[in-house]
Amino acid sequence: MMSWLNTFIAIIARDLRLAIRQGGSTLLVIAFFVITVTLFPFGVGPETGVLERISAGVVWVAALLAALLSLDRMYQADYEDGSLEQLALSGAGLGTITMAKITAHWLTTGLPLLITAPILAVLMQMQADGFPALLLSMALGTPILSLIGSIGAALTVGVRRGGVLLSLLVLPLYIPVLIFAVGAVDAAAQGLPVESHLMLLGAILLVALPLCPWASAAALRLFLD
Amino acid sequence: MVNFHKFANPARFMRLSGLLLPWFSIATIVTLAVGLYLSFFVAPADYQQGETVRIMFVHVPSSWMAMACYTFMAVASAVGFIWKHPLADMAAKAAAPVGACFTFAALATGSLWGKPMWGTWWVWDARLTSVLVLFFLYLGYMALWEAIDDKTKAAKAAAILVLVGSVNVPIIKFSVDWWNTLHQPASVVRMDGPSIHPDMLWALLTMIIAFTLFFGTILLIRIRREVNMRKIDALRRQIAWGG
Repeated sequence: MMSWLNTFIAIIARDLRLAIRQGGSTLLVIAFFVITVTLFPFGVGPETGVLERISAGVVWVAALLAALLSLDRMYQADYEDGSLEQLALSGAGLGTITMAKITAHWLTTGLPLLITAPILAVLMQMQADGFPALLLSMALGTPILSLIGSIGAALTVGVRRGGVLLSLLVLPLYIPVLIFAVGAVDAAAQGLPVESHLMLLGAILLVALPLCPWASAAALRLFLD
Repeated sequence: MVNFHKFANPARFMRLSGLLLPWFSIATIVTLAVGLYLSFFVAPADYQQGETVRIMFVHVPSSWMAMACYTFMAVASAVGFIWKHPLADMAAKAAAPVGACFTFAALATGSLWGKPMWGTWWVWDARLTSVLVLFFLYLGYMALWEAIDDKTKAAKAAAILVLVGSVNVPIIKFSVDWWNTLHQPASVVRMDGPSIHPDMLWALLTMIIAFTLFFGTILLIRIRREVNMRKIDALRRQIAWGG
Protein backbone atom coordinates (compact mmCIF):
# COMPACT_ATOMS: atom_id res chain seq x y z
CA MET A 1 0.00 0.00 0.00
CA MET A 2 2.72 2.44 1.03
CA SER A 3 4.81 1.67 -2.05
CA TRP A 4 1.82 2.42 -4.26
CA LEU A 5 1.43 5.78 -2.59
CA ASN A 6 5.16 6.44 -2.87
CA THR A 7 5.12 5.64 -6.57
CA PHE A 8 2.05 7.80 -7.07
CA ILE A 9 3.60 10.79 -5.33
CA ALA A 10 6.95 10.24 -7.04
CA ILE A 11 5.37 10.41 -10.49
CA ILE A 12 3.41 13.55 -9.59
CA ALA A 13 6.58 15.14 -8.18
CA ARG A 14 8.47 14.27 -11.37
CA ASP A 15 5.82 15.79 -13.58
CA LEU A 16 5.65 18.92 -11.46
CA ARG A 17 9.40 19.30 -11.52
CA LEU A 18 9.40 18.92 -15.32
CA ALA A 19 6.62 21.47 -15.63
CA ILE A 20 8.49 23.97 -13.48
CA ARG A 21 11.80 23.44 -15.27
CA GLN A 22 10.40 23.54 -18.76
CA GLY A 23 8.46 26.49 -17.52
CA GLY A 24 5.74 28.23 -19.37
CA SER A 25 3.11 25.55 -19.73
CA THR A 26 1.10 26.75 -16.76
CA LEU A 27 1.68 30.37 -17.68
CA LEU A 28 0.68 29.70 -21.27
CA VAL A 29 -2.56 28.09 -20.12
CA ILE A 30 -3.37 31.07 -17.92
CA ALA A 31 -2.38 33.51 -20.66
CA PHE A 32 -4.63 31.77 -23.17
CA PHE A 33 -7.47 31.80 -20.64
CA VAL A 34 -7.08 35.51 -19.97
CA ILE A 35 -6.70 36.50 -23.62
CA THR A 36 -9.70 34.46 -24.75
CA VAL A 37 -11.99 35.89 -22.12
CA THR A 38 -10.71 39.40 -22.83
CA LEU A 39 -11.64 39.05 -26.50
CA PHE A 40 -15.32 38.80 -25.72
CA PRO A 41 -15.94 42.36 -24.54
CA PHE A 42 -14.29 43.49 -27.77
CA GLY A 43 -16.44 41.11 -29.75
CA VAL A 44 -19.87 41.66 -28.21
CA GLY A 45 -19.44 45.21 -26.93
CA PRO A 46 -18.84 46.48 -23.39
CA GLU A 47 -22.49 46.70 -22.36
CA THR A 48 -22.71 45.38 -18.78
CA GLY A 49 -26.01 43.57 -19.19
CA VAL A 50 -24.84 41.59 -22.20
CA LEU A 51 -21.48 40.65 -20.68
CA GLU A 52 -23.05 39.65 -17.40
CA ARG A 53 -25.52 37.37 -19.16
CA ILE A 54 -22.78 35.47 -20.99
CA SER A 55 -20.11 35.67 -18.27
CA ALA A 56 -20.54 32.13 -16.91
CA GLY A 57 -20.50 30.55 -20.35
CA VAL A 58 -17.55 32.55 -21.62
CA VAL A 59 -15.38 31.89 -18.56
CA TRP A 60 -16.20 28.18 -18.64
CA VAL A 61 -15.71 27.73 -22.40
CA ALA A 62 -12.39 29.55 -22.24
CA ALA A 63 -11.29 27.37 -19.31
CA LEU A 64 -12.34 24.29 -21.22
CA LEU A 65 -10.37 25.29 -24.32
CA ALA A 66 -7.34 26.18 -22.22
CA ALA A 67 -7.47 22.75 -20.57
CA LEU A 68 -7.84 21.16 -24.01
CA LEU A 69 -4.71 22.90 -25.27
CA SER A 70 -2.52 21.41 -22.59
CA LEU A 71 -3.84 17.87 -22.96
CA ASP A 72 -1.67 16.55 -25.75
CA ARG A 73 1.41 17.11 -23.64
CA MET A 74 0.09 14.76 -20.95
CA TYR A 75 1.56 11.59 -22.41
CA GLN A 76 3.11 12.68 -25.69
CA ALA A 77 6.44 14.00 -24.40
CA ASP A 78 7.09 10.94 -22.24
CA TYR A 79 5.96 8.59 -25.01
CA GLU A 80 8.27 10.16 -27.55
CA ASP A 81 11.46 9.92 -25.53
CA GLY A 82 10.65 6.47 -24.20
CA SER A 83 10.23 7.32 -20.54
CA LEU A 84 6.59 6.29 -20.59
CA GLU A 85 7.65 2.81 -21.57
CA GLN A 86 10.24 2.81 -18.78
CA LEU A 87 7.62 3.89 -16.28
CA ALA A 88 5.31 1.15 -17.46
CA LEU A 89 8.07 -1.47 -17.24
CA SER A 90 9.15 -0.28 -13.81
CA GLY A 91 6.39 -2.20 -12.08
CA ALA A 92 4.15 0.72 -11.26
CA GLY A 93 0.76 -0.20 -12.68
CA LEU A 94 -0.34 1.81 -15.72
CA GLY A 95 -3.42 2.78 -13.73
CA THR A 96 -1.22 4.39 -11.09
CA ILE A 97 0.79 6.16 -13.75
CA THR A 98 -2.27 7.59 -15.48
CA MET A 99 -3.84 8.63 -12.18
CA ALA A 100 -0.61 10.39 -11.17
CA LYS A 101 -0.30 12.15 -14.52
CA ILE A 102 -3.92 13.25 -14.37
CA THR A 103 -3.34 14.70 -10.90
CA ALA A 104 -0.20 16.49 -12.09
CA HIS A 105 -2.11 17.82 -15.10
CA TRP A 106 -4.82 19.18 -12.85
CA LEU A 107 -2.27 20.78 -10.54
CA THR A 108 -0.56 22.52 -13.45
CA THR A 109 -3.68 23.37 -15.49
CA GLY A 110 -6.98 22.98 -13.64
CA LEU A 111 -5.88 24.57 -10.39
CA PRO A 112 -4.41 27.69 -12.05
CA LEU A 113 -7.60 28.03 -14.09
CA LEU A 114 -9.64 27.76 -10.91
CA ILE A 115 -7.57 30.52 -9.27
CA THR A 116 -7.70 32.83 -12.29
CA ALA A 117 -11.40 32.38 -12.98
CA PRO A 118 -12.81 34.83 -10.38
CA ILE A 119 -10.63 37.64 -11.74
CA LEU A 120 -11.90 37.03 -15.24
CA ALA A 121 -15.45 36.78 -13.96
CA VAL A 122 -15.02 40.30 -12.62
CA LEU A 123 -13.89 41.39 -16.09
CA MET A 124 -17.04 39.84 -17.50
CA GLN A 125 -19.19 41.75 -15.00
CA MET A 126 -20.47 38.58 -13.30
CA GLN A 127 -22.89 39.19 -10.45
CA ALA A 128 -21.62 38.65 -6.91
CA ASP A 129 -24.03 35.74 -6.36
CA GLY A 130 -22.36 33.81 -9.13
CA PHE A 131 -18.85 33.70 -7.67
CA PRO A 132 -19.23 30.93 -5.06
CA ALA A 133 -21.00 28.78 -7.64
CA LEU A 134 -18.27 29.53 -10.17
CA LEU A 135 -15.55 28.43 -7.76
CA LEU A 136 -17.45 25.30 -6.75
CA SER A 137 -18.26 24.36 -10.33
CA MET A 138 -14.63 24.82 -11.33
CA ALA A 139 -13.41 22.89 -8.30
CA LEU A 140 -15.61 19.97 -9.33
CA GLY A 141 -15.37 20.47 -13.07
CA THR A 142 -11.66 21.00 -13.78
CA PRO A 143 -10.68 17.58 -12.37
CA ILE A 144 -13.32 16.06 -14.65
CA LEU A 145 -11.74 17.90 -17.58
CA SER A 146 -8.34 16.40 -16.74
CA LEU A 147 -9.85 12.94 -16.26
CA ILE A 148 -11.86 12.80 -19.47
CA GLY A 149 -9.11 14.59 -21.35
CA SER A 150 -6.61 11.94 -20.33
CA ILE A 151 -8.63 9.29 -22.22
CA GLY A 152 -8.41 11.37 -25.38
CA ALA A 153 -4.72 12.07 -24.80
CA ALA A 154 -4.01 8.36 -24.30
CA LEU A 155 -5.95 7.37 -27.43
CA THR A 156 -4.03 9.82 -29.62
CA VAL A 157 -0.57 9.46 -28.09
CA GLY A 158 0.77 7.44 -31.02
CA VAL A 159 -0.93 9.52 -33.68
CA ARG A 160 0.92 12.11 -35.76
CA ARG A 161 -0.47 15.60 -35.17
CA GLY A 162 -3.07 14.11 -32.89
CA GLY A 163 -3.96 17.48 -31.36
CA VAL A 164 -6.99 18.20 -33.53
CA LEU A 165 -8.20 14.61 -33.33
CA LEU A 166 -7.85 14.89 -29.56
CA SER A 167 -10.20 17.88 -29.54
CA LEU A 168 -12.74 16.05 -31.70
CA LEU A 169 -12.70 13.04 -29.38
CA VAL A 170 -12.82 14.91 -26.11
CA LEU A 171 -15.20 17.82 -26.77
CA PRO A 172 -18.41 15.74 -27.07
CA LEU A 173 -17.59 14.18 -23.72
CA TYR A 174 -16.90 17.63 -22.21
CA ILE A 175 -20.31 18.99 -23.16
CA PRO A 176 -22.26 17.58 -20.15
CA VAL A 177 -19.67 19.06 -17.77
CA LEU A 178 -20.04 22.43 -19.46
CA ILE A 179 -23.84 22.26 -19.32
CA PHE A 180 -24.03 21.50 -15.60
CA ALA A 181 -21.23 23.86 -14.60
CA VAL A 182 -22.66 26.85 -16.45
CA GLY A 183 -26.13 25.82 -15.29
CA ALA A 184 -24.97 26.06 -11.68
CA VAL A 185 -23.44 29.52 -12.09
CA ASP A 186 -26.40 30.89 -14.04
CA ALA A 187 -28.82 29.49 -11.45
CA ALA A 188 -26.85 31.12 -8.64
CA ALA A 189 -26.77 34.46 -10.46
CA GLN A 190 -30.55 34.32 -10.78
CA GLY A 191 -31.06 33.31 -7.15
CA LEU A 192 -32.24 29.79 -8.01
CA PRO A 193 -30.99 26.69 -6.16
CA VAL A 194 -27.65 25.34 -7.41
CA GLU A 195 -27.50 22.04 -5.54
CA SER A 196 -28.85 19.86 -8.35
CA HIS A 197 -26.32 21.11 -10.90
CA LEU A 198 -23.39 20.75 -8.50
CA MET A 199 -24.52 17.33 -7.36
CA LEU A 200 -24.69 16.13 -10.96
CA LEU A 201 -21.19 17.53 -11.50
CA GLY A 202 -20.07 15.70 -8.38
CA ALA A 203 -21.66 12.51 -9.67
CA ILE A 204 -19.81 12.80 -12.97
CA LEU A 205 -16.57 13.37 -11.03
CA LEU A 206 -17.16 10.30 -8.85
CA VAL A 207 -17.84 8.13 -11.90
CA ALA A 208 -14.88 9.54 -13.80
CA LEU A 209 -12.40 9.10 -10.94
CA PRO A 210 -12.12 5.29 -11.15
CA LEU A 211 -13.07 4.81 -14.80
CA CYS A 212 -10.97 7.39 -16.64
CA PRO A 213 -7.54 6.29 -15.37
CA TRP A 214 -8.52 2.72 -16.15
CA ALA A 215 -9.64 3.55 -19.69
CA SER A 216 -6.54 5.71 -20.24
CA ALA A 217 -4.31 2.85 -19.08
CA ALA A 218 -6.04 0.48 -21.50
CA ALA A 219 -5.47 2.96 -24.32
CA LEU A 220 -1.80 3.51 -23.39
CA ARG A 221 -1.23 -0.23 -23.27
CA LEU A 222 -2.12 -0.36 -26.98
CA PHE A 223 0.67 1.99 -27.94
CA LEU A 224 3.27 0.69 -25.54
CA ASP A 225 3.18 -2.92 -26.70
CA MET B 1 -26.22 -20.87 -27.70
CA VAL B 2 -24.93 -20.28 -31.21
CA ASN B 3 -21.22 -20.82 -31.49
CA PHE B 4 -20.17 -17.45 -32.88
CA HIS B 5 -16.63 -18.63 -33.29
CA LYS B 6 -17.92 -20.57 -36.26
CA PHE B 7 -18.39 -17.22 -38.01
CA ALA B 8 -14.91 -15.98 -37.22
CA ASN B 9 -13.66 -17.29 -40.53
CA PRO B 10 -13.82 -14.42 -43.02
CA ALA B 11 -14.15 -16.76 -45.97
CA ARG B 12 -17.18 -18.39 -44.41
CA PHE B 13 -18.61 -14.95 -43.74
CA MET B 14 -18.11 -13.96 -47.36
CA ARG B 15 -19.96 -17.06 -48.54
CA LEU B 16 -22.81 -16.60 -46.08
CA SER B 17 -23.20 -12.89 -46.70
CA GLY B 18 -23.09 -13.48 -50.46
CA LEU B 19 -26.04 -15.83 -50.07
CA LEU B 20 -27.97 -13.59 -47.70
CA LEU B 21 -27.45 -10.28 -49.46
CA PRO B 22 -30.06 -10.65 -52.25
CA TRP B 23 -32.70 -11.65 -49.69
CA PHE B 24 -31.85 -8.73 -47.43
CA SER B 25 -32.05 -6.33 -50.36
CA ILE B 26 -35.42 -7.64 -51.51
CA ALA B 27 -36.81 -7.61 -47.98
CA THR B 28 -35.61 -4.02 -47.54
CA ILE B 29 -37.23 -2.80 -50.73
CA VAL B 30 -40.52 -4.59 -50.06
CA THR B 31 -40.78 -3.44 -46.44
CA LEU B 32 -39.84 0.10 -47.42
CA ALA B 33 -42.49 0.16 -50.14
CA VAL B 34 -45.16 -1.15 -47.76
CA GLY B 35 -44.03 1.26 -45.05
CA LEU B 36 -44.14 4.27 -47.36
CA TYR B 37 -47.59 3.28 -48.58
CA LEU B 38 -48.83 2.96 -45.00
CA SER B 39 -47.20 6.25 -44.04
CA PHE B 40 -48.71 8.26 -46.84
CA PHE B 41 -52.08 6.65 -47.50
CA VAL B 42 -53.20 4.67 -44.46
CA ALA B 43 -51.96 6.59 -41.43
CA PRO B 44 -54.31 9.44 -40.55
CA ALA B 45 -53.27 13.08 -40.52
CA ASP B 46 -52.67 14.41 -37.04
CA TYR B 47 -55.53 16.44 -35.55
CA GLN B 48 -53.10 19.21 -34.58
CA GLN B 49 -50.29 19.03 -37.12
CA GLY B 50 -52.12 17.93 -40.25
CA GLU B 51 -50.08 16.31 -42.96
CA THR B 52 -46.69 17.49 -41.61
CA VAL B 53 -46.87 14.69 -39.05
CA ARG B 54 -45.89 12.25 -41.81
CA ILE B 55 -42.27 13.35 -41.51
CA MET B 56 -42.37 11.38 -38.26
CA PHE B 57 -42.27 8.17 -40.33
CA VAL B 58 -38.76 9.07 -41.49
CA HIS B 59 -37.57 11.00 -38.45
CA VAL B 60 -38.37 8.41 -35.77
CA PRO B 61 -36.87 5.40 -37.61
CA SER B 62 -33.73 7.45 -38.35
CA SER B 63 -33.33 8.34 -34.67
CA TRP B 64 -33.97 4.76 -33.60
CA MET B 65 -31.35 3.51 -36.02
CA ALA B 66 -28.88 6.19 -34.94
CA MET B 67 -29.02 4.90 -31.37
CA ALA B 68 -29.32 1.24 -32.34
CA CYS B 69 -26.30 1.52 -34.62
CA TYR B 70 -24.19 3.02 -31.85
CA THR B 71 -25.30 0.25 -29.51
CA PHE B 72 -24.40 -2.28 -32.20
CA MET B 73 -20.96 -0.70 -32.52
CA ALA B 74 -20.46 -0.79 -28.75
CA VAL B 75 -21.44 -4.48 -28.53
CA ALA B 76 -19.34 -5.41 -31.58
CA SER B 77 -16.35 -3.53 -30.17
CA ALA B 78 -16.76 -5.27 -26.80
CA VAL B 79 -16.93 -8.65 -28.54
CA GLY B 80 -13.82 -7.79 -30.53
CA PHE B 81 -12.03 -6.61 -27.40
CA ILE B 82 -12.91 -9.61 -25.24
CA TRP B 83 -12.96 -12.54 -27.67
CA LYS B 84 -10.64 -11.10 -30.34
CA HIS B 85 -13.27 -11.96 -32.96
CA PRO B 86 -11.72 -10.55 -36.15
CA LEU B 87 -14.98 -9.72 -37.88
CA ALA B 88 -16.40 -7.91 -34.85
CA ASP B 89 -13.98 -5.00 -35.20
CA MET B 90 -14.66 -4.80 -38.93
CA ALA B 91 -18.38 -4.81 -38.25
CA ALA B 92 -18.07 -1.89 -35.85
CA LYS B 93 -15.92 0.07 -38.29
CA ALA B 94 -18.34 -0.67 -41.14
CA ALA B 95 -21.37 0.41 -39.13
CA ALA B 96 -20.01 3.82 -38.11
CA PRO B 97 -20.64 5.87 -41.28
CA VAL B 98 -24.11 4.37 -41.60
CA GLY B 99 -24.94 5.39 -38.04
CA ALA B 100 -23.51 8.85 -38.63
CA CYS B 101 -25.77 9.26 -41.68
CA PHE B 102 -28.79 8.09 -39.70
CA THR B 103 -27.95 10.60 -36.97
CA PHE B 104 -27.60 13.39 -39.51
CA ALA B 105 -30.89 12.35 -41.13
CA ALA B 106 -32.58 12.40 -37.72
CA LEU B 107 -31.26 15.89 -37.00
CA ALA B 108 -32.14 17.18 -40.48
CA THR B 109 -35.66 15.73 -40.63
CA GLY B 110 -36.22 16.82 -37.06
CA SER B 111 -35.19 20.33 -37.98
CA LEU B 112 -37.51 20.32 -41.01
CA TRP B 113 -40.33 19.11 -38.76
CA GLY B 114 -39.50 21.62 -36.06
CA LYS B 115 -39.96 24.66 -38.26
CA PRO B 116 -43.68 24.15 -38.91
CA MET B 117 -44.32 22.47 -35.54
CA TRP B 118 -42.37 24.56 -33.04
CA GLY B 119 -41.59 27.60 -35.17
CA THR B 120 -37.83 27.07 -34.98
CA TRP B 121 -35.21 25.11 -36.93
CA TRP B 122 -33.28 24.28 -33.78
CA VAL B 123 -33.55 24.46 -30.01
CA TRP B 124 -30.92 23.56 -27.46
CA ASP B 125 -32.98 21.14 -25.42
CA ALA B 126 -31.71 17.89 -23.91
CA ARG B 127 -32.81 15.53 -26.70
CA LEU B 128 -31.42 17.57 -29.62
CA THR B 129 -28.20 18.40 -27.78
CA SER B 130 -27.50 14.78 -26.83
CA VAL B 131 -28.19 13.59 -30.41
CA LEU B 132 -25.78 16.24 -31.69
CA VAL B 133 -23.21 14.90 -29.21
CA LEU B 134 -23.90 11.42 -30.63
CA PHE B 135 -23.14 12.75 -34.11
CA PHE B 136 -19.79 14.12 -32.92
CA LEU B 137 -19.02 10.81 -31.22
CA TYR B 138 -19.56 9.03 -34.55
CA LEU B 139 -17.27 11.47 -36.34
CA GLY B 140 -14.58 11.09 -33.68
CA TYR B 141 -14.79 7.31 -33.91
CA MET B 142 -14.35 7.34 -37.70
CA ALA B 143 -11.48 9.83 -37.41
CA LEU B 144 -9.68 7.65 -34.86
CA TRP B 145 -9.85 4.61 -37.15
CA GLU B 146 -8.27 6.62 -39.95
CA ALA B 147 -5.61 8.18 -37.76
CA ILE B 148 -3.90 5.02 -36.53
CA ASP B 149 -2.00 3.04 -39.14
CA ASP B 150 -1.87 -0.34 -37.42
CA LYS B 151 -5.41 -1.63 -37.89
CA THR B 152 -5.29 -3.95 -34.88
CA LYS B 153 -4.33 -1.07 -32.60
CA ALA B 154 -6.86 1.19 -34.28
CA ALA B 155 -9.56 -1.40 -33.59
CA LYS B 156 -8.76 -1.50 -29.88
CA ALA B 157 -8.44 2.28 -29.55
CA ALA B 158 -11.75 2.77 -31.35
CA ALA B 159 -13.32 0.14 -29.10
CA ILE B 160 -12.28 2.08 -26.00
CA LEU B 161 -13.67 5.29 -27.50
CA VAL B 162 -17.04 3.83 -28.43
CA LEU B 163 -17.43 2.18 -25.02
CA VAL B 164 -16.63 5.44 -23.21
CA GLY B 165 -19.13 7.29 -25.39
CA SER B 166 -21.87 4.69 -24.93
CA VAL B 167 -22.92 6.49 -21.76
CA ASN B 168 -24.59 8.97 -24.11
CA VAL B 169 -27.17 6.49 -25.45
CA PRO B 170 -29.27 6.11 -22.27
CA ILE B 171 -28.97 9.88 -21.83
CA ILE B 172 -30.56 10.37 -25.25
CA LYS B 173 -33.30 7.85 -24.54
CA PHE B 174 -34.26 9.28 -21.16
CA SER B 175 -33.50 12.95 -21.92
CA VAL B 176 -37.16 13.70 -22.58
CA ASP B 177 -38.07 12.25 -19.17
CA TRP B 178 -35.26 13.74 -17.12
CA TRP B 179 -35.42 17.32 -18.45
CA ASN B 180 -38.09 19.79 -19.48
CA THR B 181 -37.72 19.51 -23.22
CA LEU B 182 -39.51 20.90 -26.22
CA HIS B 183 -39.13 17.49 -27.85
CA GLN B 184 -42.09 15.15 -27.49
CA PRO B 185 -41.83 12.62 -24.66
CA ALA B 186 -41.79 8.89 -25.34
CA SER B 187 -44.99 7.61 -26.93
CA VAL B 188 -44.00 4.12 -28.10
CA VAL B 189 -41.50 2.49 -25.73
CA ARG B 190 -43.10 3.39 -22.41
CA MET B 191 -44.07 1.57 -19.25
CA ASP B 192 -47.78 1.98 -20.07
CA GLY B 193 -47.47 0.81 -23.65
CA PRO B 194 -47.77 2.88 -26.79
CA SER B 195 -49.97 5.97 -26.71
CA ILE B 196 -50.12 6.39 -30.46
CA HIS B 197 -52.96 5.69 -32.95
CA PRO B 198 -52.76 2.05 -34.20
CA ASP B 199 -52.64 3.00 -37.90
CA MET B 200 -49.79 5.37 -37.19
CA LEU B 201 -48.12 2.72 -35.03
CA TRP B 202 -48.22 0.13 -37.80
CA ALA B 203 -46.78 2.53 -40.36
CA LEU B 204 -44.08 3.53 -37.87
CA LEU B 205 -43.14 -0.06 -37.01
CA THR B 206 -43.02 -1.04 -40.67
CA MET B 207 -40.71 1.87 -41.43
CA ILE B 208 -38.50 0.96 -38.46
CA ILE B 209 -38.24 -2.63 -39.71
CA ALA B 210 -37.48 -1.32 -43.20
CA PHE B 211 -34.71 0.92 -41.86
CA THR B 212 -33.30 -1.98 -39.83
CA LEU B 213 -33.25 -4.24 -42.87
CA PHE B 214 -31.62 -1.42 -44.81
CA PHE B 215 -28.98 -1.16 -42.09
CA GLY B 216 -28.41 -4.92 -42.25
CA THR B 217 -28.05 -4.87 -46.05
CA ILE B 218 -25.65 -1.95 -46.07
CA LEU B 219 -23.72 -3.47 -43.17
CA LEU B 220 -23.24 -6.77 -45.00
CA ILE B 221 -22.06 -4.90 -48.09
CA ARG B 222 -19.66 -2.78 -46.06
CA ILE B 223 -18.20 -5.69 -44.06
CA ARG B 224 -17.63 -7.55 -47.31
CA ARG B 225 -15.89 -4.45 -48.61
CA GLU B 226 -13.79 -4.27 -45.44
CA VAL B 227 -12.71 -7.91 -45.80
CA ASN B 228 -11.77 -7.29 -49.42
CA MET B 229 -9.85 -4.12 -48.54
CA ARG B 230 -7.82 -6.07 -45.98
CA LYS B 231 -7.00 -8.66 -48.63
CA ILE B 232 -5.91 -5.95 -51.07
CA ASP B 233 -3.81 -4.34 -48.33
CA ALA B 234 -2.12 -7.64 -47.54
CA LEU B 235 -1.42 -8.27 -51.23
CA ARG B 236 0.02 -4.78 -51.64
CA ARG B 237 2.27 -5.37 -48.66
CA GLN B 238 3.42 -8.66 -50.17
CA ILE B 239 4.31 -6.93 -53.42
CA ALA B 240 6.09 -4.09 -51.62
CA TRP B 241 8.20 -6.56 -49.67
CA GLY B 242 8.97 -8.41 -52.87
CA GLY B 243 7.25 -11.54 -51.61
